[in-house]
Amino acid sequence: MTQGSTITPENKTDAATANSFVGAMEASFQHVVTYLREHLLDGEHFTLELTAEQSQFTRFNRAKVRQTGTVVDGALELTLMAHDRRSFRTFPLTGDHVLNTNRITQALQSLRDELPQLPIDPYLVLPKGSNTSRDIYTGTLLSPDQLPTTLLTPVADLDFTGIYAGGSVMRGYADSEGQLHWFANESFTLDYSVFTPGGQAVKGTVAGRHWDEAAYHAKLKDSRQQLERMNVAPKAIAPGSYRTYLAPAAVAELIGMFSWGGVSEASLQKGDSALSRLRRGEATLSPQFVLKENFSHGLVPRFNDIGEAAPLSLTLIDQGQLCNSLISARTAKEYGLESNSAAGWEGLRSPEVCPGSLPPSDILNRLDTGLYVSNLHYLNWSDRPTGRITGMTRYACFWVENGKMVAPIKNLRFDDSLYQFLGEQLLALTEQQEFIPEVGSYEQRDIGGIRAPGILVNQFAYTL
Amino acid sequence: MFSDLTHALAVTTLPADWIGLRMVKETAGVRGVRDGHPEYNGETLSQGVMAEVLVNGQIGYGATNSLTPDAIQAAVTQGYRQAIAAHQWAVHPTAPTARPKVTGQYVSPFQKPLTAMSPGDINDLLVQLCQQMKVSDQVVKTSASAIATDIETWFVSSNGSEVYQHVLGIQTHFGATAQDGAIVQQRTNNGFRAHCYQGGWELFPSPAIWEQAVQVGEQAVELLSAEECPTGPTTLVLAPDQMMLQIHESIGHPLELDRILGDERNYAGGSFVQPQDFGQLSYGSSLMNVTFDPSVPGEFASYSFDDTGAPATREFLIKDGVLLRGLGSLESQARLEVKGVACARASSWNRPPIDRMANLNLEPGTDSFADLISRVENGVYMEANRSWSIDDQRHKFQFGCEYAKRIENGQLTTTLRNPNYRATTPQFWHSLIGVGNAATWQMYGTPYCGKGEPNQVIRVGHGSPVCVFDQIDVFGGGA
Repeated sequence: MTQGSTITPENKTDAATANSFVGAMEASFQHVVTYLREHLLDGEHFTLELTAEQSQFTRFNRAKVRQTGTVVDGALELTLMAHDRRSFRTFPLTGDHVLNTNRITQALQSLRDELPQLPIDPYLVLPKGSNTSRDIYTGTLLSPDQLPTTLLTPVADLDFTGIYAGGSVMRGYADSEGQLHWFANESFTLDYSVFTPGGQAVKGTVAGRHWDEAAYHAKLKDSRQQLERMNVAPKAIAPGSYRTYLAPAAVAELIGMFSWGGVSEASLQKGDSALSRLRRGEATLSPQFVLKENFSHGLVPRFNDIGEAAPLSLTLIDQGQLCNSLISARTAKEYGLESNSAAGWEGLRSPEVCPGSLPPSDILNRLDTGLYVSNLHYLNWSDRPTGRITGMTRYACFWVENGKMVAPIKNLRFDDSLYQFLGEQLLALTEQQEFIPEVGSYEQRDIGGIRAPGILVNQFAYTL
Repeated sequence: MFSDLTHALAVTTLPADWIGLRMVKETAGVRGVRDGHPEYNGETLSQGVMAEVLVNGQIGYGATNSLTPDAIQAAVTQGYRQAIAAHQWAVHPTAPTARPKVTGQYVSPFQKPLTAMSPGDINDLLVQLCQQMKVSDQVVKTSASAIATDIETWFVSSNGSEVYQHVLGIQTHFGATAQDGAIVQQRTNNGFRAHCYQGGWELFPSPAIWEQAVQVGEQAVELLSAEECPTGPTTLVLAPDQMMLQIHESIGHPLELDRILGDERNYAGGSFVQPQDFGQLSYGSSLMNVTFDPSVPGEFASYSFDDTGAPATREFLIKDGVLLRGLGSLESQARLEVKGVACARASSWNRPPIDRMANLNLEPGTDSFADLISRVENGVYMEANRSWSIDDQRHKFQFGCEYAKRIENGQLTTTLRNPNYRATTPQFWHSLIGVGNAATWQMYGTPYCGKGEPNQVIRVGHGSPVCVFDQIDVFGGGA
């Protein structure tokens, strides 16, 4: 994005007044921004970040309601920079302008008292530029009164468990240089599992900005069909290496590891990255594997924690080579590089694995004999420098013989290197991607997700 | 604060069977240094009210970060509306007895208040720690951090409860990364942020900290040229800083009653433990004694009442290897009809309470560390967790550690790098053949226990002696 421009993705609905909470939060945010700009002293700089939400959370177990409620939350993080030092204060933002003003006044004074005590920060980056953006997406969601009956009536005969999370999520950014960003998204996710009496399960996710009952019923129909396949005694598979198809949700779990000591430039510089072998040229991945950041879908804001706007698309791994890392402005300053507007934590915000050429109808034939893995669970690096990841199979995973699903499997532990399963062992990627929504809600509801195809791997190592 | 909450209850006219209001004010000072330079400095404030409303057997909740009377009333009304909408779909009718009337308070023991150290003092200490760890040019990264938290909770209810709890905590961490070409090794003080305790600044810096910092740097370098951990079944000896993780993942989580009830199956998972196992399952060897103990002074998750007001007491979960009770709230106990503990906890004001660990400890045995090692002919001794993964039934696990020593003929000998081990939970705990005495018992904690929908991360404490396990599969690194 060029300085001074406004991000205007397609399908944007400017409807600030459609949601009074979003409107109140934006007004409160603007009020604090104005106050800060008016009260800043010479030599001081600030950044201000907002996270806020008005969320409905309804949790299910055995096709009943376990817990249900709403959360109204908003928090500001004010970072003050002066004399080569910086510190921050985080505090609640409400619709009460007087209270907000009191809190920002106290925070500002507290920061001014603290900064002289701190060591000089040699990698301090001051905000710059004049980027602005205002993206507001509205939706049509289930009302709390309708929700239990609408969701549970069609699954009354199933062992259905999971969570519906819906409502407005807001992100804001402003700084002393005049940059201002606002992102509000009204959306929902329904993340569920359905179980057989024997404990085998199928996972389903429905997400979007507009509740679509027909789409929900279609998804349930698909889940019921999958569940039928699970009503066979699970097969115990001995540890060993097997030809494996990893469905898009499983691929998404693996790609999630790239945000944890993977594509971060700071991690690469300090030897903490599993991709260091790629950086040093000691290994390559399959030329079929392409990983990029793609913000064109507008599901997450492009601005980062100093107001920079990420490029709409940034290819990280191309033709099996690491062609870009995620470089924050701070890392760029420390190592003499150029920032590519990564977030301060240098993780993936809108990842996409490019599709290949394997038609969905050909997956089982190409797999021939081996394992069909729908989901993976609880991943961790078992040896990061060599790219080795361990984790478990989960949900609808099957033993396949001669292109036919034979039986679900008892869950297996895998332990294998990405240099193998995304390297010489990677046979094909499916020609279709799936969007796997981010359903996390630690601290606040996460946004976005990952687009990934399925992958066919010649040998994937299972250990327990 | 109590007056705001009791006033809100007094003016409510909603025909609810029970209403509870829990206000939380959490402040924290967070300081981090990398390679001797400040990485982050700041202070956080989170404040809000959780209103729980019981109507016709269903609890609904409304949570708000605004403390005005109108906002609290709106939260109560939201909770009521939620309960009304869902009561016909309740997974279990919750009785008012799940929220007993209690009054009381709890305050963390401390000697030096959290104001005793200035931001400048803390930064100076963290910079010095980085300098101490930088023992050679092969140390390519040093980091140190300290977090001081002050959490106040006020809980009132329509049946007369009034509880105040004030928890002070200090979390510290330091670690070094060493590199020699493609070989990279990390060493920390007992694993990432394992030093989590209730108390004040008397906890940091400890008298031994400078010596420990040098050792962390030296051992990171030592690991660069160490042998790979061997592969195969052997006698495994685990230090308390790895036992913390082992207890957490393979005892704590599988004993959570909400997992056994199926509440967590869509996210964290279920459990291999069945309801009928309580009172009879041989969970491990007879050397195994595990307590839920919220009364240990200074342990990270001590408290007097859980977040529903249930009084918290020390209880044996496993005694002489036999499973006695689970980690479950009054609600879960009623649903599953098994014994539990006071462990309905919420991560903050904006999440409802669910079944959680708190302090979960392995009780000490009688053997000294020297006696335990002397009985091992061949084995591996491992310290400090660096990798963890376990299945959704808490059955198959694989854990990795930072640092290990080979044990030969009753002696610790050569250093080993990339030590890992894997097993299944019942097999592992039945392989317990040695439990260290109180002199080997150490207490750690973590602020990062995650579960629940919506997700919640919460503080837990774990104490353990050194333990010995027979015939466990160990292995090293490499592709």
